[in-house]
Amino acid sequence: MSSAQLGLLLYGAWKTILLTLGGMALALVIAFPVGLARVSHNKFVRAIGFTYVELFRGAAVLVLAFWFVYALPSLGWQLDPTFAGILALGLNMGAYSGEVVRGAIQAVPPGQIEAATALNFKPSQGMRRVVLPQAVRAMIPSFGNNVIEQLKATAVVAVVSIPELTFNGQLIWSGNGRAAAVFGGLLIGYGLMALIFMTGVKLLERRVAWT
Amino acid sequence: MKFDWNYALDILPQLLDGLLTALIATVVGYAVALVLGLVFALARRSHQKWVSVPVGFVVEFIRGTPLLIQLFFLFFVLPQLGLALSPLAAGIVGLGLHYATYTSEVYRAGIEGVPPGQWDAAIALHLPRRRVWTSVILPQAVPRSIPALTNYSIALFKDVPQLVAITVAEPFTVGRGIIAETFRPFEPITMAGLLYLAVALVLSYIGRIVERRYKGMATA
Repeated sequence: MSSAQLGLLLYGAWKTILLTLGGMALALVIAFPVGLARVSHNKFVRAIGFTYVELFRGAAVLVLAFWFVYALPSLGWQLDPTFAGILALGLNMGAYSGEVVRGAIQAVPPGQIEAATALNFKPSQGMRRVVLPQAVRAMIPSFGNNVIEQLKATAVVAVVSIPELTFNGQLIWSGNGRAAAVFGGLLIGYGLMALIFMTGVKLLERRVAWT
Repeated sequence: MKFDWNYALDILPQLLDGLLTALIATVVGYAVALVLGLVFALARRSHQKWVSVPVGFVVEFIRGTPLLIQLFFLFFVLPQLGLALSPLAAGIVGLGLHYATYTSEVYRAGIEGVPPGQWDAAIALHLPRRRVWTSVILPQAVPRSIPALTNYSIALFKDVPQLVAITVAEPFTVGRGIIAETFRPFEPITMAGLLYLAVALVLSYIGRIVERRYKGMATA
C-alpha cells in the first residue's frame, strides 16, 4: 500500500467519524423535542411529534442524501456534501432517537410524577427535575446502539460521492482493481471502528450507571 | 424552479417498474433472512463449540459492518472467486444475509422465552431431540417472534435503495438513467424518493396493525 493510499484511507476514516458524531449530535438535538412532543398532553403537539417520527423513519438515509445532493441544487440550494450527509444521517436517526426518548420517559414509574405533583411541582418542573434525570440514564444504552447504527449508516453516503471511508476505498479499488483486499479491508476497518465506539459507549454507561 | 408534472408523469411508469424490482428484492431477501436467521439462531445454540463459536463470530461481524460494503463484496469479489451473481441476486443475498443476523436475535429471544418446564416435559416424554425442537419449542418460539420479525421486513425495505450501488434497477438507478438522457434531476430523484417513502409509510402502518393484533392475542 502506497502512502497516498494510506492517506486516502485515513482521511476517509476521519470523515466517517465526523459524519458519525455530527449525525448523532444532530439526532440528539432533534430527539428531545420530538420525544417530549410524543408524550405531550396536547393532541396537536403529539401529532407533530408523530408526523416527524413517521416521516423521517420512513425516509431512508440514502433517499434523503440523494435528494439533498441531486435534487436540492435544482431549487438553488447547493449544500456542502459532508453537511448534506450529516443532515441526512441526523434527520433520520433523530426519528429513531426520538422514540428512545419517548420510551424512556414513559418507562419512568407513574409514582414519580405523582410524587412530584404532591410536592407541588409544576408539570414542567416535574418533567425537568424528576422525570428527565431518570429517563436520560435509561436512554444511554439505546443511544449507544444508535451510535453504532449511525456508524454503519455513514457508509451509505458514499453513494452520493462524499469522500468518507467507503468512497475512498472505492477510489483505491478503481486504481488497483483488487476488490477482495479493498472491500475485505474496509469491512475489517468498520469492524474496528465499531469496536472503538462500543468501548466508548460502555465506559460512558458505567459512568452514569445506577450506583 | 417548478415541479414539471408532465415530465414527472412521463417517467412514472419506468420508476414504478423500478419499485417493483425493489419490492421483489424485499420479499425474496426477507424470505432468505427468515430462514437463514433461524439456522443462525439454532447453530449458535449448538452444544458443539466448533459450530456455535464461528457462527457467532460471523453473525456479529456481519451485523456490525455496513450492508453497502457487504453488497460490494458479493458483487465485485465473488466473481473473482468464480461465482458471478446478477446484480439483483447479489442484492437479495446481501439483504438476506445481513437481516438474517438481526432475525437470528429475534428467534433467540423467542426460544429463550419458552418456559423451561416445556423442555423438562419434552425430556420426560423422551422425545427425540429433533422432535423437541419441531414439535415443542419452535411452535411456541416462532409465533412470539412475529411482531419483531415484521418490523425487520420494514427495515429491510428501507435498505433496498442501497442496491443502487451495485446497479440493481431499483427507482434511483432508473432515475439516474433518465437523468443521463434529460439532464433534469429534480423530478426523477424526488419521485423515486417519494415512492420509497410512500411504501415505507404503508408498511409501517401495516406493521402497527400486526403488532396491535398480536398484543391483543397475547393478553387474551
